[in-house]
Amino acid sequence: MYKYDQYDQQIVDERVAQYRDQTQRFLAGDISEEEFLPLRLQNGLYVQRLAPMLRIAVPYGLLSSRQLRKLAHISRQYDKGYVHFTTRQNIQLNWPQLEEVPDILAELASVEMHAIQTSGNCIRNTTTDQYAGVAVDEIEDPRPWCEIIRQWSTVHPEFAFLPRKFKIALCGSEQDRAAFLLHDIGIQLVTNDQGEAGFQVFVGGGLGRTPVIASLIRKFLPKQHLLTYLDAILRVYNRYGNRDNKYKARIKILIKAWTAEVFAERVEAEWAHLKDGPATLTEHEINRVKAFFTLPNYQSIDSDKANRKLQQTAAENKAFSRWLDRNTQLQKQTGYRSVSLSLKPAGVAPGDVTDRQLEIIADLADRFSFGELRSTHNQNIVLTDVVVTDLYELWSTAKDAGLATPNIGTINDMICCPGGDYCSLANAKSIPVAEAIQRKFDDLDYVYDLGDLELNISGCMNACGHHHIGHIGILGVDKKGEEWYQIQIGGSASKNAALAKVLGPSLSRDAVTDSIEKLLDVYVENRQHEETFLATYQRIGIDKFKERVYGATA
Amino acid sequence: MAQLLKDAQIIDNHWTRVDTDSDSLPAGDIVVHHATWQQRHAELCDHQGAVGVWFDGNEEIENFVDTIINVPLIAINFPKFVDGRGFSVARLLRERYGYTGELRAIGHFLRDQLFLLQRCGFNAFQFDHDIDLEQAAKSLTDFTDSYQVAVDQPQPLFKRR
Repeated sequence: MYKYDQYDQQIVDERVAQYRDQTQRFLAGDISEEEFLPLRLQNGLYVQRLAPMLRIAVPYGLLSSRQLRKLAHISRQYDKGYVHFTTRQNIQLNWPQLEEVPDILAELASVEMHAIQTSGNCIRNTTTDQYAGVAVDEIEDPRPWCEIIRQWSTVHPEFAFLPRKFKIALCGSEQDRAAFLLHDIGIQLVTNDQGEAGFQVFVGGGLGRTPVIASLIRKFLPKQHLLTYLDAILRVYNRYGNRDNKYKARIKILIKAWTAEVFAERVEAEWAHLKDGPATLTEHEINRVKAFFTLPNYQSIDSDKANRKLQQTAAENKAFSRWLDRNTQLQKQTGYRSVSLSLKPAGVAPGDVTDRQLEIIADLADRFSFGELRSTHNQNIVLTDVVVTDLYELWSTAKDAGLATPNIGTINDMICCPGGDYCSLANAKSIPVAEAIQRKFDDLDYVYDLGDLELNISGCMNACGHHHIGHIGILGVDKKGEEWYQIQIGGSASKNAALAKVLGPSLSRDAVTDSIEKLLDVYVENRQHEETFLATYQRIGIDKFKERVYGATA
Repeated sequence: MAQLLKDAQIIDNHWTRVDTDSDSLPAGDIVVHHATWQQRHAELCDHQGAVGVWFDGNEEIENFVDTIINVPLIAINFPKFVDGRGFSVARLLRERYGYTGELRAIGHFLRDQLFLLQRCGFNAFQFDHDIDLEQAAKSLTDFTDSYQVAVDQPQPLFKRR
């Protein structure tokens, strides 16, 4: 993974010093609440319903075991002994003290981490595929490009006060595992007819109140122009994005007003001035960053023999076999697999991990995974590069630590925002809904029979739980002071991204799980062959689902 | 006389800003809105004293930049400190149009923005609120180095590391 040099370290250290001074001036009354707000947000600090919340950046989801141990220490020392993994691959502390945040940031800086621009109207953490570097369908490892973007966006002089938050995702594979079409900028790594690497650039995607799938504005951007082209997009947005109404301020609204064609022309016109300028990437820099993401020292493994042994172990142990099916993935390196540690056992808020679990994960990473791990936008953790004959041992340890629930990709692997239990924006709680669903669907054979199913829950229309792109989406709404839930179906975050449709009037919390069961019944009765829930919905439409939940008259 | 920061020094402000609706021009060095500069150009050319131009960061400067590029002072007004348009316009003036005079931030901005404003080409800072300028000047050096190209550093870090 990327290793800081003295420049990277100095920037992060100086940012801590800057924020420490700002915090002191705020506490002394020299900075008003209003003026302190964007300063603390751009250092990750929200003020939430019950306490401040600190969002820590995990650049493109990559972490080392050393960093994880530091996070465990921080959660014990400064918080309540657990952390929360978010849908943008970041980590949140739910109970830090405002006065102690500079100390937390200094601790993070000591392990090459920070909370810079994890919030506020600026360029946020760039996200990507959790299987970067090992995915079977990978075109090119996206992580060096994410790191190049991280450095370019960190303390950018011109784009710290944008009309609204700005999110970039980069996809380096055939399949999309980063929901990149639902970001302000979505970048797809491609190779052109001449075999040269470059990017397809999409803009204006996003969830929130007005969900939109991004539009393609450039079919092929040669790789050296990445940063100047990003500068051009951001400059057009910074100058012309709406600043009067925060609900109309995302880049998607500007693109809707101008059309994608006009926006693309404006970007090209701006870029004409910047293209080939000093910010043009050099081969030297691209190679410098790529050199940090070289492959680990793989052993040569007799994979036939190893797999035979694995299948034998699986045949003897049903629990292991289930986990192997659901929670491990093939890699392009034979003899190795990637493992998903589920952060969604029933009864735990999706994405929450204790300090002790963090340390166990760090140990697992050291023993089996070259000391690295990844956070995923589905709020789980992935350990890559595990020798297949080590899987049983890994599973045993993970199981004892409550990290081996075999539910990856199933209905119980839901994406879920912190909701009304923590968040001051939420209209409704989301964690109890997730838990009720997990308790209801606890029969593994039934859950596996349902197959791949994405269920996403957001406590309000800001859509942190990505409800618009769940095969089943649940949205918390406020109805005269009471918490109600709207169900949507048919969303997808894949390359054929689709936004879910509202099923009907919102329901009380008690009715949610029963209604989900009815939707699943319709699916099971109507599916053909190996069809997924989404495929069945796409074939038969919404009416049968609607009828079952609301009755024929609805 | 009010003071400001210019080139990291505390100096007296000798420029008088002229409101857009003001008919009479005060004596001495004045800063007029760019619309006034266009409309009363002949009169302003005869003014005894220097004339600078101010405008808000949301202006389409491409439409009038030719007419102001030689004035000794351009002031960009920040209506709200979270309005980042002035950052882009400042860079355009310096990097694209080659403006070399004094580029002053006016209106509502914070000392905590000085480092970034300076990177975008501002070299003078006239706060709209009471502030200890000596303390504020410390924020100009919040960071020793930066990743990106900007007015103060035309080469990105990746070409210098």
